[in-house]
Amino acid sequence: MSDTTLERTGAAPMRRGFPLSAYLICAGGIVWREALRFIHQRERFVSALVRPLLWLFIFAAGFRQVLGVSIIAPYQTYILYEVYIAPGLVGMILLFNGMQSSLSMVYDRETGTMKTLLVSPLPRWFLLVAKLFAGVAVGVVQVYVFFAIAWFWEVQPDWLGYLTALPAIVLAGLMLGALGMLLSSLVQQLENFAGVMNFVIFPMYFASSALYPLWRVQESSPLLYRICQFNPFTHAVELIRFALYQQFNGDAFLIVLGCTVLFLGGAIVAYDPARGLISRKRQ
Amino acid sequence: MQDGTLSHAEAPGIPALAVERVSHSYGQRKALDDVSFSVPQGSFTALLGPNGAGKSTLFSLVTRLFNVRHGAIHILGFDLNGEPGEALRRLGVVFQARTLDLDLSISQNLIYHAALHGLPASAARTRIGEILATSELRTRLKEKARNLSGGQLRSIEIVRAFMHRPRLILLDEPTVGLDIRSRAAILAEVRRLVKEEGVSVLWATHLIDEIDPADRVIVLHQGTVRAEGPVPEVVAAERAKSIGDAFTRLTGLSVRAEGLEEVRP
Repeated sequence: MSDTTLERTGAAPMRRGFPLSAYLICAGGIVWREALRFIHQRERFVSALVRPLLWLFIFAAGFRQVLGVSIIAPYQTYILYEVYIAPGLVGMILLFNGMQSSLSMVYDRETGTMKTLLVSPLPRWFLLVAKLFAGVAVGVVQVYVFFAIAWFWEVQPDWLGYLTALPAIVLAGLMLGALGMLLSSLVQQLENFAGVMNFVIFPMYFASSALYPLWRVQESSPLLYRICQFNPFTHAVELIRFALYQQFNGDAFLIVLGCTVLFLGGAIVAYDPARGLISRKRQ
Repeated sequence: MQDGTLSHAEAPGIPALAVERVSHSYGQRKALDDVSFSVPQGSFTALLGPNGAGKSTLFSLVTRLFNVRHGAIHILGFDLNGEPGEALRRLGVVFQARTLDLDLSISQNLIYHAALHGLPASAARTRIGEILATSELRTRLKEKARNLSGGQLRSIEIVRAFMHRPRLILLDEPTVGLDIRSRAAILAEVRRLVKEEGVSVLWATHLIDEIDPADRVIVLHQGTVRAEGPVPEVVAAERAKSIGDAFTRLTGLSVRAEGLEEVRP
């Protein structure tokens, strides 16, 4: 009896649960949208590239004479300063990209686009992880375009290094993206985001091994050295630096992995309606 | 159709939406106070209330943007806290704020939404053709959403809400900010889809002229339900002449063409 009633009203019975294909289609859709948005925002791509290139072309050229870099792992010979900061600049691209993605999450929340994402029936942690991977995919493209340009600037690691660096770049991107996501849940309004930039991006970038080797830092300030060591960004940069020369930095890997799990866990809790912060905010 | 595939919860007797003793506060301020009502399957139910009555809070709870802390909400029998995935897949929503991505094309927006529900792009395209079969928007799918008028954006958001064949559609003041012609068109479009697809609707509004005598109505005021039932019954219970009159008696608010307003002393 119930069958005929349902048929008359046009209802299709649904099975419980979601097949794996639904998860894949959903994640694919989220990455696809991020890619489309990225293509539409060409200025974002250009500025994402110009920033590290300025550092490479101008800052590094100026510092080349001032800052001698002795032979430290993973390098086996004396290297140009440009070569030294290249992994740091990759980290910078990922850092800005991670913050940019989270900025867009705050924007999405203000415009309501976030609501349509969160109303998806798939688990919320899955939606956030998919969103995170979408942001990282965009970051990886930026990094490799940067590598291609830097190659002409004498930053020429082994070809195989570009391949071995990929997992490190992805993991570092995930960590920084997850951090951005966590911050986006804490920032109530878009206007407050400039503060996050000043208080997160710049300290993280400068108090790290991105621009100068840590032994140099230790010589001038033991305190700053400690701070640099506690900065997860240092380890993200070191992970990429070693991987680019086909070496595995185990400590850096564990720290970056641990921080990724921590930040992502925090973001999932923050976006969970049961415990989350969004329910306490009046939109 | 086999019996085995039919879930118990979708039997016709079970309401499309059941809100049971739901309360919600923002700090000290109570936005919803012990709210209970239901939307029977296949019905068009209007949620009538002035601004600030708690309609948007209620929508945030039903769409699981906020967690239900006090009380329970069931969609087609599925508890929103217990089985959120099963509940949400049966739900389509049109939010009050515009939520289309203006930089993407109309079809990209719709395909993205279908993907969020696990529908592949091919199925999404078929579905778009189905819903927009008679609409002139069908020829503009490749255009950026930015090029559309307010009324057209809303129409696309309604298409989006129907994409994954939900059983319950929630619309939060969908005609706000539209001119009279667009308002009528949106209302007609939703009523047509409801008839064709047999879905249930909860239509939040503060505009009394959007309510049809054949609808059901829930009157929400200051976070509490003041009346619930078919329009003629609510009118009769208040010994009123019209639903507008009944509303005034229930809430002490006057009804004007542009919406509901407090009676000025």
